[in-house]
Amino acid sequence: MAVELTTTRLEDAAKWAKQSKLERATNWGRKFSLFTYPFVTACCGMEFMSVAGPKYDLARFGAEFPRFSPRQSDLLMIVGTITEKQGPALKRVFDQMAEPKWVIAFGVCASTGGFYQNYHSMPGADQVIPVDVYIPGCPPRPEQVLDALILLMDRIQNGRGHSQLRMKREQLIASATEE
Amino acid sequence: MAQKVLDALEAKFAHAVVRTGSAHGDEIAWIKRENLVEVARWLRDDAAMSFDYPVFCTCIDWLDWKPIGLPPEQHWSEDKPRFTVCYQLRSLTHRHRIRLEIEAPEHDARVPSLSELWPAFNWQERETFDMYGIRFDGHPDLRRIYLYEEFVGYPLRKDYPKEKRQPLVRRDDLPINPIKRAGHEEKR
Amino acid sequence: MADSTLKQLVLGRKDVQDLSDTETELPPDLMTVNMGPSHPAMHGTVRIVLTVDGERIVKGDVQPGYLHRCFEKESEHATYTQVFPYTDRLNYVSPMINNCGWAMAIEKLMGLTDRIPKRVEYIRVIVSEMSRMTDHLSCVGASAMELGAFTAFLYFLKSREWLYELLEKVSGARLTHSYVRVGGVSKDLPADFDADLTLCLDKIEGVMVEVEGLLNNNKIFRDRMAGIGAMTKEQAIATGCVGPIARACGVDYDVRRDHPYSAYPEVEFDVPLGTTGDCYDRYLVRVEELKQSIRILRQCLKQIPDGPTMVDDHRVGLPPKRDTYNTIESMIRHFKHIMDGIRVPPGESYTFVEGGNGELGFFVVADGTGRPYKAYCRSPSFVHLSTASQLIHNHLIADVVPIFGMINMIGGECDK
Repeated sequence: MAVELTTTRLEDAAKWAKQSKLERATNWGRKFSLFTYPFVTACCGMEFMSVAGPKYDLARFGAEFPRFSPRQSDLLMIVGTITEKQGPALKRVFDQMAEPKWVIAFGVCASTGGFYQNYHSMPGADQVIPVDVYIPGCPPRPEQVLDALILLMDRIQNGRGHSQLRMKREQLIASATEE
Repeated sequence: MAQKVLDALEAKFAHAVVRTGSAHGDEIAWIKRENLVEVARWLRDDAAMSFDYPVFCTCIDWLDWKPIGLPPEQHWSEDKPRFTVCYQLRSLTHRHRIRLEIEAPEHDARVPSLSELWPAFNWQERETFDMYGIRFDGHPDLRRIYLYEEFVGYPLRKDYPKEKRQPLVRRDDLPINPIKRAGHEEKR
Repeated sequence: MADSTLKQLVLGRKDVQDLSDTETELPPDLMTVNMGPSHPAMHGTVRIVLTVDGERIVKGDVQPGYLHRCFEKESEHATYTQVFPYTDRLNYVSPMINNCGWAMAIEKLMGLTDRIPKRVEYIRVIVSEMSRMTDHLSCVGASAMELGAFTAFLYFLKSREWLYELLEKVSGARLTHSYVRVGGVSKDLPADFDADLTLCLDKIEGVMVEVEGLLNNNKIFRDRMAGIGAMTKEQAIATGCVGPIARACGVDYDVRRDHPYSAYPEVEFDVPLGTTGDCYDRYLVRVEELKQSIRILRQCLKQIPDGPTMVDDHRVGLPPKRDTYNTIESMIRHFKHIMDGIRVPPGESYTFVEGGNGELGFFVVADGTGRPYKAYCRSPSFVHLSTASQLIHNHLIADVVPIFGMINMIGGECDK
């Protein structure tokens, strides 16, 4: 039985987007306790250090402690240029993370490749993994990074991150095929 | 400033030195391929020379060499060697430096390796091999260093297009997935 | 009694006396462990394939290249001024030094080295030394953090923020400045730069006193750093090491003093030397170089003259805006500069400066057009990384962390 999960009817979309109280509470907890995995490659790493530093403090958003293992983290921050050689490593790290997981492409090299257009730079990390929030800038100012983090937190609260939508879709398919 | 180095080199190795020159404060000596190792060993071990410090090793590809302001005989043509491998050496005790340039044609792009004399040239020769395809005879471990093993071609040669990517992995649901298309060509 | 039952469980139900001689020791199989390209201590991206015997490293195969962003190929397709952003991202903790090196390389090819105005030389030295300070603060801070000294990291990051704010006032960007141009600098220093920099240096000196008090005689820090990764003077020279690493081994070589360029002949500074070449000496050399940089900066602030910020040569430098908007010749000159680039006469030369890590050189081949024919960057991090495999030999896996930290392998510079 084919399950129609795209719709042009507003009421269906509103029904699927409606979150229960439990979901709202879970998402509230998730957004304020992000464990980051900083996949640092290049110059944006310096700005990431500044963002985590004492002046532009990442700790006040709950995203303080970087977990240096993908199995223990839920926010993958791709900081810096991704090259073709690094692609398989990035994919592996992303696959090792448990759902729900979010991805921030930090910097313009991770978003679209930046001004590197050559035989080794990947034109954006989203060639390999799906990205939730893109932060432009070379490197982005720390205030921009915090703005992006708040944007991501709003998305998490509304359940609109890619991984949360995927989970919801699978849940709906499972409940629809049960009937 | 190191003209006496060039003079001593020419006096001792007249059969090996093709020509010498000086430009912008650097002394350059063009050496024949076959005599490179003995010339380099003398430069390192002789007390008056004592070039103990290796600076860099790289290669110049002359394929597109059409300099403005110079006559056409100085442009590159098919009969001239395509690659020139450059080794820069410096002496910390005498404060002079020299650049050795060795010409290599395209069909036989091989140059003897200097990695036993100066260990720093080990990785630098690997990098030159990776980027230009010059093989170094006598190198203990000549394999690619910057690029991955599956990469085909030598990217810094002038005939390799800058944006020709050879991706290893791509998302399955991308609209343009170059790995799935034949020939690994990417259209952007 | 309980002791022997425990042994029985562990040794597979055999009593200790029944084991043969070979069985009492753990089997010495070598194991391959990967410290992969995404690793917090790998400062950027380097992969080491370690072959370990228990915890001791037998062989380490260091594989760089995960950040190869094709500096040479990109600069062959960009004009000389467009290469400045690419040079920023080479050693991205001390970007001004790379900018200065590239500008000096092109000026040497054009024969402009003696005609650069004095003020430009002093400005270049000031921003280079500030960049050198950010380099050493980041390196020492990050290494200390990886050994567990998080407080030192935060203090040094605080000082680095003050420097970043000042560099932002000068150039417009915190990290990748692209401030220097061929023939001069892009704009003059801001109005109250003197007072700002003096205040900043005073504060940084205070922070350094605190951090030295935390780290210098700290038993944990010394135990983890002293005696680790030692290198002899001859090894350092033969493997091409420069900068703080070579100076920690006793090699008395500093480009600023031995082949002086820019305004360095007019300032006084000492070059710190170490003795044993281990990680602790490298740390001490870097901290001492921070103090010497502060000394150079104070002298430059006193000695800097007034003057133009670009050499007066029609081949380089954009015409003043007043002329560009009012005369057709200046507008054409402006247009040709931006679109075609600076015409550099054919030739090849190697120019080197003292980067944060040592001798950073640019080997440029020019062919008369506005784009370089070849632009090779001799990066000190690449050379230092090639010594890493012999440095980590016979150490524990945990020693890889201080060795890598003190080599200060910057990914952008190593992989170009």
